[in-house]
Amino acid sequence: MILSKFFENYAYDVAHLIGAVVLMMSFGLLYQCRMTAVIRIYSFQAMVLALAAAWQALIQSAPHLYASSLIALFFKGIAVPFVLSWLVRRLGIHRTIETALGIGPTMIVGVALVALSIVLLLPVTTLSTAMTRENIALAMSVVLLGFLMMITRRNAVMQVIGFMSLENGLILAAVGAKGMPLVVEISIAFSVLVAMVLFGIFFFRIRERFDSLDITYLETFRGERR
Amino acid sequence: MEFFEGVLVSEIYNPLFLILGIPLAGTIILACISNRHYAAWFNVIISLITLNGAVSLLVIRPLETMLFFIDDFNIYLVILTAFVGFTTALFSAAYIGRESKARRLSLNQLRFYHSMYQAFLFTMLLALTANNIGVIWVAIEAATLTTVLIVSLYRTREAIEAAWKYFILCSVGIGLALFGTILIYLSAQPIMCDGVAALAWTQMIKRAEIFQPELMNLAFVFLLVGYGTKIGLVPLHAWLPDAHAEGPTPISAILSGLLLNVALYALLRFKMLINSNTYALQPGYLMIGIGCSSIFVAAFMLYRRGDIKRLFAYSSIEHMGIIIFAFGIGGTLANFAGLLHMAMHSLVKSAIFFAVGLITQATGTKRINDIRGLTVTHPILGWAFVIAVLAIAGMPPMGIFMSEFLIISSTFTRNAWLAIPVILGILTAFGALIMRLQGMVFGNPGHLSPKSERTYQGRFLRSIGLAPLIMHLVLVLIVGVYLPKSLVIWFQSVAKLLG
Repeated sequence: MILSKFFENYAYDVAHLIGAVVLMMSFGLLYQCRMTAVIRIYSFQAMVLALAAAWQALIQSAPHLYASSLIALFFKGIAVPFVLSWLVRRLGIHRTIETALGIGPTMIVGVALVALSIVLLLPVTTLSTAMTRENIALAMSVVLLGFLMMITRRNAVMQVIGFMSLENGLILAAVGAKGMPLVVEISIAFSVLVAMVLFGIFFFRIRERFDSLDITYLETFRGERR
Repeated sequence: MEFFEGVLVSEIYNPLFLILGIPLAGTIILACISNRHYAAWFNVIISLITLNGAVSLLVIRPLETMLFFIDDFNIYLVILTAFVGFTTALFSAAYIGRESKARRLSLNQLRFYHSMYQAFLFTMLLALTANNIGVIWVAIEAATLTTVLIVSLYRTREAIEAAWKYFILCSVGIGLALFGTILIYLSAQPIMCDGVAALAWTQMIKRAEIFQPELMNLAFVFLLVGYGTKIGLVPLHAWLPDAHAEGPTPISAILSGLLLNVALYALLRFKMLINSNTYALQPGYLMIGIGCSSIFVAAFMLYRRGDIKRLFAYSSIEHMGIIIFAFGIGGTLANFAGLLHMAMHSLVKSAIFFAVGLITQATGTKRINDIRGLTVTHPILGWAFVIAVLAIAGMPPMGIFMSEFLIISSTFTRNAWLAIPVILGILTAFGALIMRLQGMVFGNPGHLSPKSERTYQGRFLRSIGLAPLIMHLVLVLIVGVYLPKSLVIWFQSVAKLLG
């Protein structure tokens, strides 16, 4: 009885808090330049995402979301960072990574993107519950920040992490949408798994051929041979 | 025989088992066959069985479930996909046979290629038959993954770059499409019940008029950008020419002829949802805008291409622009023309890539300037290529002329000003294609290197390679000259469905 009262009062606050932490981690990813630190922040973001999914499972009483939570925790929070740091060690790319845009401007653009998603989403979701509204706005911010990271980083591993944090935002949106069928979550996790395998293969091939993971080396080829 | 009305609904034999099960089984079996001759022909046989299953949909239509359904719209794309899948498998048997003879591919690579070919067909057919917008998304994502693997098959520097670019751009696009799908679900959430049915398209369309319109608007923007990346619409097209140019040619043929159609199909399903909500935005204007930009940019890009496969990749972007423009105009006639153009482009463009594959193998180069006098050195191939390029450029007796003519005339009845950019775009592209074509097929052939002459030998392989090309061209010619009455009625019913 007391417990259910507690949920009613705090369900929204806690969900909001967890979502905000996921968003903060996205800013952390944008801010950080060192490879190992970026991987750690990504791992932490995935774990917070797992918490968010578990909390949603609890308050929506939707047990299938626990599965998404576990996938986020073990696969994205533990396995993926492990493989990534192994790759980084193996390829010897510990050094700090150049960004295409300075940290300061990146942060300002990031804040603007968060503002954009709030301004865009809150007016159009008036019929949804407050929980869904805030959650979807946070999720969209994470997606947009993932984009920003992919744009500002020149390194292939960094871009991949940006992409995966974008996926974190998508899953945050999916778990927050009340009653969204499980099919989608499992499939997302599955595609990330496949994607990861792919990325691994790619890294090796790129390593074999280019001696660097810097994307600028790739851009020398424009495909038009005359 | 009126095959589309009064279809049998059978519970015993479900064609979907064949259509989806056979390619899936083929993926696994082909991964185990290491003999390259067997693998290539087994690939053909599997595709033929799939085609049989697809054709049987005309007679027996499976029951609609929450996961799969067949209606008048997707049935034609399923058949088209299975058909082009089969003819491309046939072409691939000839093409890959010569590639492996020339020792450009190892046995493992070949095994991988055949397995992925079937996996790719499976994902496309899954996307086309799925009733669940989540499953459609998964299938298109999987299609991206399989094609990335095939595009990087040759493992040259260029192929890896093309595959990487393709993978990153399309994954992000697909991510946006998922966000759009979630937003659509949210717009439906207060109305739809929970569970799998909440994402079933057939359930959603019934109640789409009371979805939240603002969320649907926002969702459509995400879906247009997301699936638009996969269709290759212009600001988002950067991956398309590279992926087409660097992958094996049979894959270029099905990428251009089928995958773009599948992504377009997904977008159209969402457009139908939004169309049935009177308060939501009219998606037409967005589609007209992005269609015009695709037509224009691609048409001008055609002029400066040096690589034969990239030339036709840009031509695909142009045609996708024309198709999306037609659906943007909307109305029965324009939709009819758009559907027809989808089918015609798919047949002609894959035929062109068949020809291009044979040409690059015969001459040993992909550079347009190095290809000369094809009609003299390889008369059948050269003239078939001429006909195919004239068809894609929109010359009268062929099917593409008819669909383009219908698109332009229906645009005139809606808004005459809108027709002008399309006509200019089509004419620009026409000029570019004819200019490039002349250099390649006529003139002094010069000398062909003896090595490449040898690889082109083998009468059996040559006729197998030419057969699908000629088959496609004959079909397009027939449609251009005479469209069967039953087909017209069917196209019109789908066009009405699209609104």
